[in-house]
Amino acid sequence: MTMKLIKKYRDGRIFWPSMVFFAILVFNTLISGGEFLSITIMDGHFYGRLIDIFRNGSKLMLLAMGMTFVIASGGIDISVGSVMAIAGAIACSVIRGNLFPALQGSVFFALVLALAAGALCGAWNGFLVSRVKIQPMVATLILMVAGRGIAQLITNGKIITVNSQAYYFINGGYILGLPFPLYLVMALFAGALVFTKKTAFGLFLASSGINEKSSRLAGIEVENIKLLVYVFCGLAAAGAGLIESSGIKGADCNNAGLMIELDAILSVAIGGNLLTGGRFSLGASLFGALIIQSITTTIYAMGVPPEVIQLVKALLVITISLIQSEKIGLKLIPAKEAVS
Amino acid sequence: MKKILGILLCLALAAGFAFANGSAEKTETGSGKLVVGFAQIGQESGWRDAETASLQWYASRNIDTIELHFADAQQKQENQIKAIRSFIDMGVDVIGLAPVVETGWDAVLMEVKEAGIPVIFLDREADVDDSLYATFIGSDFILEGQNAAVEMGRLLNGKGKIVELEGTVGASVANDRKAGFDDTIAKQFPGIEILGSQTGDFNRAKGKEVMESFLKTYGSEIKGVYGHNDDMVLGAIEAIKEAGLKPGKDIVTVSIDGVKGVFEAMAAGEANVTVECNPLLAPQFFQAAADLKAGKTLPRWIKSDEGIYRADTAAKDLPTRQY
Repeated sequence: MTMKLIKKYRDGRIFWPSMVFFAILVFNTLISGGEFLSITIMDGHFYGRLIDIFRNGSKLMLLAMGMTFVIASGGIDISVGSVMAIAGAIACSVIRGNLFPALQGSVFFALVLALAAGALCGAWNGFLVSRVKIQPMVATLILMVAGRGIAQLITNGKIITVNSQAYYFINGGYILGLPFPLYLVMALFAGALVFTKKTAFGLFLASSGINEKSSRLAGIEVENIKLLVYVFCGLAAAGAGLIESSGIKGADCNNAGLMIELDAILSVAIGGNLLTGGRFSLGASLFGALIIQSITTTIYAMGVPPEVIQLVKALLVITISLIQSEKIGLKLIPAKEAVS
Repeated sequence: MKKILGILLCLALAAGFAFANGSAEKTETGSGKLVVGFAQIGQESGWRDAETASLQWYASRNIDTIELHFADAQQKQENQIKAIRSFIDMGVDVIGLAPVVETGWDAVLMEVKEAGIPVIFLDREADVDDSLYATFIGSDFILEGQNAAVEMGRLLNGKGKIVELEGTVGASVANDRKAGFDDTIAKQFPGIEILGSQTGDFNRAKGKEVMESFLKTYGSEIKGVYGHNDDMVLGAIEAIKEAGLKPGKDIVTVSIDGVKGVFEAMAAGEANVTVECNPLLAPQFFQAAADLKAGKTLPRWIKSDEGIYRADTAAKDLPTRQY
């Protein structure tokens, strides 16, 4: 039984991304003399770099899940950063009472409205892609450019700060000592996993991504599936936007989620998912996101000078991609054929 | 569907052109008013919005003596060049320009020079020959860094370990604010050690993330944080609180800009000092324009009026802050 599980893990898509993530952790632990992994208890919750990776990486993990679905459908969504800005802008404006003062700054309605706006943005993208048949890159480019403008319109181009403990909990809160955003990621992951594995949705999605025409001929409602994945992606982006805005106790429309769409796509790619669509692994994308976040944390921990950060990141990403490529990566485990 | 979209797009483009041309009407000359054309970059940040608002407010208050033609270039150099050409056609007295990029201005500024109109660069400079502009009004970022260093030295009594949050890598503002600060610390405060310096990209989220990491590495050794702008320090304050320390007391803060948020933090006792980088440049700008019209020669660089604000007066200053 255990052998079977190990074999399944080893042959699965999740194997390489998770190995790389653990390798980064081991590398950091070694060069920091163990300091990297140390977790202490501070004010009744865990405190340490590992916790930081999970908490700061939660935004990217949410985005990576949404992006995985969209990419699996043969599309791409480059508007997620702007959607994050919109969600943060709406939530903070409602809490401040600048938007819908009748709600009296209710945090609950602020969150509902922000998530609804995210879903609406996703629906717009989905509509353009599935019904108007605009290419996904172009369709989502519209919102990528316009979305930040919409967010600035909501906040009047200013950074809106809020002072609400309830809102702050989304990023800074802890349950059982672990950061709250991590629970959001786990909840969405569990939900998405059940939805794709226990229903036919996952199969339909992969099928639409591989061959749209034959899927349609087989009776799959490709249009609706596409619409749905963009709505899901918009919702995930809104969630990420709320985490970001809660972390700085305000909405910073100029910078919230700036260029993060590229990190989200990279997470999916590092997770070993094909950018051309088709079969996918949510778990692998999550590890992809964790790898990207841990690279950032590593760079800060090692005190890499700011001038060379981008270069170091690029080199690490290239190395990781090489390890994962079939031609080079498989040489590292020559025993694979023997096992199978 | 595609056809309809195409038509819509064409209409939008046509409307854009019509709008662009519509602004170039002739102004009445000889009314004795100071006629100024200003080519603004666009609306890239709250700071720039405050600058725009300052110019428009000042002009509207002095409507009897000043006629301001304002052009928003939406972050495009070609739009700024177009605006400058239309200012030449209008025959304005003075042209103000906040150049969006440093290069590529020689041709159009030569036309301005031939038309005999003086040019004032506001808050940014362009890489052109000295003969092509009359003066530059703007901040001295190195001086801001030096002032910040003196404040940090005062807060820590010249002794302690600090960390630095840098602006966007390669930005001249960040380079100057770092050079001014680091040099002054090294020369005047040998007791202060900069433990680490990392970029926080001028924004809150990054500032917080970098500070979190500094706190993990150096812990309570850190006695002060210097940020190249207020927003990064506002993010760092959140990180300090999460690490169980008191910002403003356990770790003192010095930052630059003087945005409203940092005044709120200072009033709450969570930040210590901000060195102002003033966007409200209208009084100095219109004064310089009037001087140029009167034929006076101005210094090459008019430094903007800037102050240093500390926590003890923050509550009093807060209501007067406009940006």
